[in-house]
Amino acid sequence: MTFDYHEPRSLAEALALLDRYGDDAHLMAGGTATVLLMRQGLLRPGHVIGLRAIDDLRGITPTRDGGLRIGATATLRAVERSPEARMYSPALTDAFASVATVRIRNQAMVGGNLAHADPAQDPPPMLAALNATVSIRSSRGERSLPIDELAVDHFTTSLAHDEIITGVVLPPIEPGSRETYLKFLPKTADDYATVSVAATLRFAPDGTIAETRIVLGAVGPTPIRARRVEDALRGQPPSRVRDALELVPDEVDPIDDLRGSAAYKREMARVWTGRALARVTR
Amino acid sequence: MSTHRLSFTLNGTKHELEVAADRLLIEVIRDDCGATGTKLGCAVGVCGACSVLVDGELLSACLLPAVFADGRRITTVEGLAKNDLTPLQDAFIREGGFQCGICTPGQLIAATALLSEQPRPDHEAIRTWMMGNLCRCTGYYGIERAIQKASGVGGQSPPNRL
Repeated sequence: MTFDYHEPRSLAEALALLDRYGDDAHLMAGGTATVLLMRQGLLRPGHVIGLRAIDDLRGITPTRDGGLRIGATATLRAVERSPEARMYSPALTDAFASVATVRIRNQAMVGGNLAHADPAQDPPPMLAALNATVSIRSSRGERSLPIDELAVDHFTTSLAHDEIITGVVLPPIEPGSRETYLKFLPKTADDYATVSVAATLRFAPDGTIAETRIVLGAVGPTPIRARRVEDALRGQPPSRVRDALELVPDEVDPIDDLRGSAAYKREMARVWTGRALARVTR
Repeated sequence: MSTHRLSFTLNGTKHELEVAADRLLIEVIRDDCGATGTKLGCAVGVCGACSVLVDGELLSACLLPAVFADGRRITTVEGLAKNDLTPLQDAFIREGGFQCGICTPGQLIAATALLSEQPRPDHEAIRTWMMGNLCRCTGYYGIERAIQKASGVGGQSPPNRL
């Protein structure tokens, strides 16, 4: 492991470094994932660009329209403890509090968590269920990407080499919406999920389900939107949930590992989606 | 490999040194500063043996790039007791909070951070917080008793958290 470490003070300086070093550069926020990947020899950048000293990437702030902006270098624990984040949605802070241990959450940062694109992470499914967009900058300009389109495979994103995640923007929550995050941990409390489920749901005045978003973690190469389940429930009474759950096992694409066989995880995805929907339809 | 000039305090003592970009905090505090109380266990941020406080925040020294320590105040197990042991350290002894002792520096640091943030944690709060500090001698009951005994007593905060 041999590299040069750079710690730019501004976004412009960071983007210039990225342009200069191209594929040989790797961005680092909190460093929890980057340090491990470098130590294991899975990542061998010539230049590591630390983002933690850039003021523009910090902070957790309510937006003017009642949404929430989370800066890329907010730690996971800062989100977990943020009164603004809790006010926005307790399910959001619950999801961040589910990650590993206090030590890890004190170091790991939101932008790094998203760029790492680990399908078993807790924040991405919840952010996706809350319909987040990712703010991205490069020297070519800036763009917003629906979070569903960020992760494209295990540990792989759609980001170009010259792009930096600057933050995440959550839209205002519609009145009457309910949100939840559930994590199935059959082994230890600091483990990755065997399956996790983030769900948001809003009833229409007539008692039917107006809108729902269901995103599953740890049961595919990326967080998985259970779109067929969502479609089956939209406009329907909550009594239809039981039937819709039968669609869940075919929505997911888990692998056999120490946390269970693929078949077991498919079944647990169905069970835990049912539990999540029970919470938001109660 | 780039090198970086760091300035930080370790248990109240100022250190200034030059480190290579790939050094981790655990290596610098043990090998360069000679504070060997902090142990390297799993080296992947899971076991908690290397728990340290950086500006009062609980972190894994085995995952933290040393360059992140620039300008910070670091507290390790050596920095807890002044003349006397802290009430927490005393409770670990009285309640049998350890056997072989390898995890104890990390347990004490993690519990110090807990009591600094939540002076009177309940049973569940202690277990949730301490869950990431492993003890292979199965000393968990003693550890929890020790933390309960020391909770609400005060005097746990290391000097740099006051």
